[in-house]
Amino acid sequence: MTKYVGQRIKRTEDPRLIKGLAHYVDDVRLPDTLHVAFVRSIYAHARIAGIDVTEALKAPGVVAVYTGKDIATKVGPVPCAAALPDLKVPDYRVLATDKALFVGHPIAAVVATDKYLARDAVDLISVDYEELPVVVDVEAAASGGPVIHEKFGNNIAYTLTSGEGDIDAAMNAADHIVKQRMVHQRLAPIAMEGRGVLARYFPGEEELTLWSSTQIPHLMRTQVALMIGLAENKLRVITPEVGGGFGSKLNVYAEEALLSWISIQLGKPVKWIESRRENMQATIHGRAQVGTVEVGCKNDGTITGLRYNVFADLGAYHQLLTPAIPTLTGLMLSGAYRIPAIQMNVTGVFTNKMSTDAYRGAGRPEATYVVERAMDIVAAELKMDPVEVRRKNFPAKSDFPFHVATGLDYDSGDYEAALDKALELSGYAKLREEQTKARAEGRIVGIGMSSYVEICALGPSQAMPAGGWESATVRIEPTGKVTVMTGASPHGQGQETSFAQIAADELGVDLNDVTVIHGDTAIVQYGIGTFGSRATAVGGTAVLIAIQKLKEKAAKIAAHILQRDASSLSFADGRYSLPKGDAPVPDAGTSDPAVPVGEAPAGALPEPQTEGRSTLTIQEIALIAHIAKELPPDTEPGLSATYFFEPKNFTFPFGTHICMVEIDKETGETKFLRYVAVDDCGKVINPLLVDGQIHGGIVQAIGQALYEEVVYDEQGQLVTGELMDYAIPRASQLPWFELDRTETPSPVNPLGVKGVGEAGTIGATPAVVNAIVDALSPYGVKHLDMPARPEAVWKLING
Amino acid sequence: MISTQFDYVRAQTLDEALTLLAQNEDAKILAGGHSLIPAMKLRLANPPLLIDIGRIKDLAYIREEGDQIRIGAMTSHYQIEASELLKQICPLLPECAGHIGDVQVRNKGTIGGSVAHSDPGGDWPATVIALNAELVVAGKNGERTIKADDFFVELMTTALEPGEILREIRINKSGERNGQAYVKMHHPASGFAVVGVAANLTLDANGACENASIGITGVSSKAYRASAVEAALNGSALDEHATANAAAHAADGVEINGDLFASEDYRRHLAVVYAKRAINLAASRAR
Repeated sequence: MTKYVGQRIKRTEDPRLIKGLAHYVDDVRLPDTLHVAFVRSIYAHARIAGIDVTEALKAPGVVAVYTGKDIATKVGPVPCAAALPDLKVPDYRVLATDKALFVGHPIAAVVATDKYLARDAVDLISVDYEELPVVVDVEAAASGGPVIHEKFGNNIAYTLTSGEGDIDAAMNAADHIVKQRMVHQRLAPIAMEGRGVLARYFPGEEELTLWSSTQIPHLMRTQVALMIGLAENKLRVITPEVGGGFGSKLNVYAEEALLSWISIQLGKPVKWIESRRENMQATIHGRAQVGTVEVGCKNDGTITGLRYNVFADLGAYHQLLTPAIPTLTGLMLSGAYRIPAIQMNVTGVFTNKMSTDAYRGAGRPEATYVVERAMDIVAAELKMDPVEVRRKNFPAKSDFPFHVATGLDYDSGDYEAALDKALELSGYAKLREEQTKARAEGRIVGIGMSSYVEICALGPSQAMPAGGWESATVRIEPTGKVTVMTGASPHGQGQETSFAQIAADELGVDLNDVTVIHGDTAIVQYGIGTFGSRATAVGGTAVLIAIQKLKEKAAKIAAHILQRDASSLSFADGRYSLPKGDAPVPDAGTSDPAVPVGEAPAGALPEPQTEGRSTLTIQEIALIAHIAKELPPDTEPGLSATYFFEPKNFTFPFGTHICMVEIDKETGETKFLRYVAVDDCGKVINPLLVDGQIHGGIVQAIGQALYEEVVYDEQGQLVTGELMDYAIPRASQLPWFELDRTETPSPVNPLGVKGVGEAGTIGATPAVVNAIVDALSPYGVKHLDMPARPEAVWKLING
Repeated sequence: MISTQFDYVRAQTLDEALTLLAQNEDAKILAGGHSLIPAMKLRLANPPLLIDIGRIKDLAYIREEGDQIRIGAMTSHYQIEASELLKQICPLLPECAGHIGDVQVRNKGTIGGSVAHSDPGGDWPATVIALNAELVVAGKNGERTIKADDFFVELMTTALEPGEILREIRINKSGERNGQAYVKMHHPASGFAVVGVAANLTLDANGACENASIGITGVSSKAYRASAVEAALNGSALDEHATANAAAHAADGVEINGDLFASEDYRRHLAVVYAKRAINLAASRAR
């Protein structure tokens, strides 16, 4: 029975956001707050021979200055949760001690009475740098060059081989082998709200409250408690409104632990709000792989094997998941296809740059790009239509669950259905005709597609560094209001709305009676957080099952009041009812409560009316359960339930994107003529939210394809240090998105949902680049690296 | 914004602003703030005093006076973009305004602020050159008029003397058979002009080019007049061949900027392509 699930319900979060009434970390204003500003390395690699803080300490408003040496033994290292065989893990102190390893590396922290004085004092600190040779290029760093962490002897953090099947035999069996080097450029996640931290220590209670703009309040609480040596249950992490994360806040950063420690030292609240420049320098970056793919295929287009040798640019240190991200690439190298043998050889490499880590898609966009570009290269080699090469290698709907040679079992899929729908929606055959016509007119027009599959709902705990489940507590208050507490940590996804939809339907209550609470470790049971397109598939399922648990108890109470066996009662529209024709006990007549719950006079709880009822609402049962005078024997008062949902597998959303681009022959500029996306994310709770996720995802994918790149020069200086240089797409640069869906439920969870947060970013990038390469194919172009800046395209056109 | 400490005065009159400027050598004029504030944010500019002239109502106007159009320096980009009068009598101005930044920037930023800043990728400098504008500047000792051609001296440097404030932009109305156009490649991050070309053409009775005036921005350290293009256009039939030949001179004699987005060679090429497009568009409008 669904009333809300599946509806395009507007986000209940939006009014406060639109009106400017939401509270981000910087909106939390506490009396006597001190402000922190950082001295950050201006060099990519330098020995710190000395730091003179004398003048800064004398500056107006300055309360304290801390350097790496001051705190080296006080605050533990920035944590890395990734576990890989023989992984080299550098000691990542919250402030640099003897060496600075990237531009933006925090060296000293100034604490002052306001943020302006703190910033002014930063300029009074002189750091005696001895510059060291810098290594920026990932392949140069891997093959020698200056060693960043001397104790490791070289810059290789790890090497790993993954995949199944006999890759050499597969290549030998091929009629053709295509090979292409591909660069996945370094990107900046650019959440609209940068990071922000406010720490407040209560010396009497010996408790610390930490407000942080994060995606993982609970995991952060555990990690920061360990870093600063505070009992975990003396630390409360509050995640207020978070203005986007895209993975960049799926982390535990130096600043979070350092401010916590400083607040304890000074006994006052301390705050730091990241500037955009700091955000570009010292918040994680994404992607940054340079690899070569080899694909073996038969003359008819059947793929026999795929090998990907890749260097992953990890940056100078490991953040929380840095080394693990490329392993996700390895997991997704089968794409949407049957490939008997797959091998990835990855070399994780230290460079004098900020760490890479999870950025929307996190390793899967790289895999999808490799596979989807390779499919087009195969099609070109065999002179086949890219559609047919894909179709040839799809597993059939009946093949699911489908084992792929990366070791995964895809849950469900119908790849041809999504492809066919996209072909139909785009009018693919007609687009090809238009392209032929345009070419005859001398125009440069291309059509690109991508049939992606991604891995979501991360994930079973066996596959995760620190738990892959999610939690929910659902409580019906005495007044009938429903409180849902989720361990997920929505930061723009809209789960205050979609989880309320799930709860309202399952309980048969009004949507407005449901409030979803998240992001406060003192209120919400332990949870994992929001990342990897997991919140609805894992956290939403926890909500559903917690409600089902709660309803088992509610049914018992209903049975007790209605004096029937629980199994004889029906539940619909939020009411437990007697079977049809069954008269209430002791006598029929009054079948509705005198005072509806929630409409009692001010100051009074409504009296539960239990005599002569034929139906009881679940909200009335909550009141009965709290007053607790008429409960069945051995029944706990109250009406709440908690569930920790452990998924048995990941989910595998998929879809096909098709776009058509035109390139300006004289300037190399790319413009979109069409953009069609058919996505399958399983069952849909709220189509409006799903469309929004697809839109945002495609935008960031187009950003990678056409505009974005974090550029460091040879000295390791960040060239794209501001949004004046780093180009994120604007609405005016984007096409109209024509969206549609197929719906293949996931068998992994009872909601049948798969996840959609990263689909657009994963699916769209290769579609755009494939279109550009297709457009340029008359010029002999077989590949170009991203971003497809006009100049690069122009050069290809002009030989 | 966490700039260095500064004082702020909202001037009520131009005289007050000139007096303050005379008294405070290092003061900066705030005229919308869309270049100065970002520079202060990065502490690239650290003025001890900001004199805000953006609220002086007398400096925001668009009016006809005889054969001239007069625009107050504090007229916002948006006011110019939306001016029905200008769309009729000097369409290059609203067309250029519409290419600046985004709606928010156009609401706040001013033509005078942009011209006086002389950003190498600013849009107005090319346009005021193409329109042969006269720039009226006020100082403590009275006013003087500077031709647009003489105004842009170097990177972010103008002919304004210390203590002077740009007050008004004057443009002679064009006669018949005039066509104007501004075309631009926007930098995808900053929105500034990678290349921006303003063309202002007057045709003779036979449809040949009687007078061409071309301003180019984004290409070099300052906006400049493309004299060689103009010379090649004047007297020509403005056919495809003539236009292409003329446009080929778009970057003659200038030192060309190169950056991450566009190398020198590519920018030179873009200057030629966009010059050709601006000329063709202006010519089609003149016909």
